[in-house]
Amino acid sequence: MSARVAIVVFPGTNCELDVAHSLEQLGGSTELVFHTATSLGGADAVVVPGGFAHGDYLRTGALARFSPVMTAVAEHAAAGGPVVGICNGFQVLTEADLLPGALQKNVGLKFLCKTVECRVETSASVLTSGVAPGTVLRLPINHFEGNYICDQVTLDQLRAEDRIVLRYVDNPNGALDDIAGIANERGNVVGLMPHPERASDALLGSSDGVVLLQSLLDAAVARSEAA
Amino acid sequence: MRFEARVDVTHLPGIADPQGATVERALPALGYTNVSEVHIGKTIRLVIDAADEAAARAQVGEMCERLLANPVIEAYSIEITELAPT
Repeated sequence: MSARVAIVVFPGTNCELDVAHSLEQLGGSTELVFHTATSLGGADAVVVPGGFAHGDYLRTGALARFSPVMTAVAEHAAAGGPVVGICNGFQVLTEADLLPGALQKNVGLKFLCKTVECRVETSASVLTSGVAPGTVLRLPINHFEGNYICDQVTLDQLRAEDRIVLRYVDNPNGALDDIAGIANERGNVVGLMPHPERASDALLGSSDGVVLLQSLLDAAVARSEAA
Repeated sequence: MRFEARVDVTHLPGIADPQGATVERALPALGYTNVSEVHIGKTIRLVIDAADEAAARAQVGEMCERLLANPVIEAYSIEITELAPT
């Protein structure tokens, strides 16, 4: 059974076609959903892809959360549906209060565009259910605001509840506790700065992102079968 | 009544301010070796119609909490000035 994944498109989003292509390569079916939509059209999973939603005006992700589609995304998340935010999508999910904390400017004020190693820290998320903890993946990062920050109480909670999904092996941006990706309490909402869709084919220099995308599709299939 | 509100958004204490830190490191290169505690934030100005200054301040505070600032990483201060009737 083919999983249906909605890919949210804001003005300024620019990774939606890469995400669609990489998911379709794995047998998923995708649909681009514009930010003005009020429904996800019954999709089993949602990806909020990277880019510069609403120009990143005011703060990254700050205005995107007010788009009509985000109400549908929040409802999908509350119902336990898989939601993954990649890069700018991660920033949008934190601003929308679907994930805790915030992403601030990289230490050193450099825009980072390179492939880095990330360690999968837990299998208890929709993005890593098929990956053994400890697995190191080579994934591209491409961001100016990827420096994850949260208060100590939140950090303690993330650690205690096994919600740190990915950590940088060699922290490139100053992120607290080397955090590259986190999940919500139930593990169905995940945000990460690296781009798995850009590591989905050996031609791109790495296909390490496939295991993450496959986990998401598996979660989407499970959800559609449960429905 | 009409007021001008000026909102200063700054990093919360303890939150890294890489822009401020970088500028702080640059100033000594110009000979200013006695400068520290450089912080960079942003200023938002807006005009608001409200019953009185307290109402204007309360609404701007609410707008800060909901949009203008991110309370996870940012603090804000509000200045309200009454504008002459037009």
